[in-house]
Amino acid sequence: MKPLHKIGAVVGTTALSVFTAAQAWAATAAPAAEVVEEAVTAVAEGPIKAPTAEQMAGMVDKGDTTWMLVSAVLVLMMSIPGLALFYGGLVRTKNMLSVLMQVLTIVSVAALVWVSWGYSLAFTSGSPYIGGLSKAFLAGVDGTTFAATFSNNVYIPELAFVVFQMTFACITPALIVGAFAERVKFTPLIIFTVLWLTLAYFPVAHMVWYWAGPDFLPDAPTDTGLLWGMGALDFAGGTVVHINAGIAGLVGCLVIGKRLGYRTENMPPHSLVMTMIGASLLWVGWFGFNAGSNLEANGVTAVAFINTFVATAAATVAWAVIEQIVHKKPSLLGAATGAVAGLVAITPASGLAAPMTSILLGFAASIVCFFFVTTVKNKLGYDDSLDVFGVHCVGGIIGAIGTGIVADPALGGQGFFDYTVFPAGVGEYDMAAQVITQIKAVGITILWSGLVSAVLFYALKFTIGLRPSEEVEQAGLDISEHGERAYNY
Amino acid sequence: MKFIIAIIKPFRLDEVREALTSLGVAGMTVTEVKGFGRQKGQTEIYRGAEYTTNMVPKLKLEIAVSDDIAPQVVETIQAAANTDSIGDGKIFVFDLAAATRIRTGETGDTAL
Repeated sequence: MKPLHKIGAVVGTTALSVFTAAQAWAATAAPAAEVVEEAVTAVAEGPIKAPTAEQMAGMVDKGDTTWMLVSAVLVLMMSIPGLALFYGGLVRTKNMLSVLMQVLTIVSVAALVWVSWGYSLAFTSGSPYIGGLSKAFLAGVDGTTFAATFSNNVYIPELAFVVFQMTFACITPALIVGAFAERVKFTPLIIFTVLWLTLAYFPVAHMVWYWAGPDFLPDAPTDTGLLWGMGALDFAGGTVVHINAGIAGLVGCLVIGKRLGYRTENMPPHSLVMTMIGASLLWVGWFGFNAGSNLEANGVTAVAFINTFVATAAATVAWAVIEQIVHKKPSLLGAATGAVAGLVAITPASGLAAPMTSILLGFAASIVCFFFVTTVKNKLGYDDSLDVFGVHCVGGIIGAIGTGIVADPALGGQGFFDYTVFPAGVGEYDMAAQVITQIKAVGITILWSGLVSAVLFYALKFTIGLRPSEEVEQAGLDISEHGERAYNY
Repeated sequence: MKFIIAIIKPFRLDEVREALTSLGVAGMTVTEVKGFGRQKGQTEIYRGAEYTTNMVPKLKLEIAVSDDIAPQVVETIQAAANTDSIGDGKIFVFDLAAATRIRTGETGDTAL
């Protein structure tokens, strides 16, 4: 059904006054049936732009609200402890805590930045590139305001939307640290996080996900982010989260440089057990990420859910088979990497593809990502420690472009939804045009995030410095930067 | 008295220990060690990054025995640790000058 993006349209001040009335009304149970009927009639007539208390009661569903809050928890679990353990297990013992601490701190800082100015910049109306500051510090956002979903006259509490989107802003900068793990100073990294969120993440999120909402778009068809307006499809954040973070990681590892001893000493992962735990938590949490991105609990949510499951399973199997053929042994790290590649690739397509095309997308992601992390990285010689670029950016690109193909209703996809009419319905689908739009969206994201990242990394490198001394790096970041060890036996 | 050092494959430990116990050997010291000989190291591959480890994990057994059973001990270890493949290990025998049981102060064969 409904594809794309999340909203901005919020029933503002009207709802505030309306809510008080709703409470008064709730005291008497009798008129309830009447009211619901009224609301249903209203849905049929047209978008409700200034709902009465009675109408609002029929426009917010407890199931939707619950699902959004549960999804937010699942996505938080992806970053802590999921991503932290996935990354932590891959570094050497002496740098374990540095990775855990980076992820934990980035998540916390991003949460504060999100409620301070991030939500407002991403999800209020402004230019096609970035929103405004009208909701900075959550001004005017409280338990009585609502955020639009993908259905006409269906809303969720705005704070549920704020907190769900917050978890995305938390995990995206945390993904970046894998690219230059084991060789970055802590404080500059946190400064980078705040600036990168502000200058790269919020603009890209606004460009891809901001639109006026299904009830308001017909009156303001240009009130959208740049890429949303172009018709780019990104169900759960393939471009906003994975390509965005992946390219920032690549730029970061190039600016910071290779680890000491890269390719001359052995740097095997210190605990693939932790990596397995982390990868599994990522997979489980990803159901919140993808199925939660539908903003409602309905059939499309279930589509996104099963697609997330089968694409990941396919990618896991594919990576293991490739390794069996190429290296003669299927490795756990390979299978876990395949799982993450599959999750990344299905993200933009999750609510748009069909289960069988999702499986093909999972296969494709593993094949291409395997080639990148084993062959291309070695040929080019850059030290992307934990393959953030090779898995997240490359997998994200496969997914973003693949979305243009698998979303085609001719292949069982959900197609493209036209919100400029009421009620919104499936628009005509042109696969070739859609793929070109997807490629443009990928290009704009890579350019924007790549440039912002380059400017920020170089600025930090030449001011306070990004990289610890050789002595510190040799001793490990845990003891030098944080004054503790991961394991004291 | 003889002091015997045997380097064996880790998974043969139980067989060697059982065989020696039935022979009357009263104790031994076991240490996890790494080393190399004719057996090649192993290659580990992590997402395409290949690391070759030259050192192979083994167990080192240290056993002190009286002169009369020393040849049997060597034979027993050789038989129990044998898998007919490269990397089965080696046995070294030294003359042992003295031995003391710390608790009682006994010396010589009675201390073993």
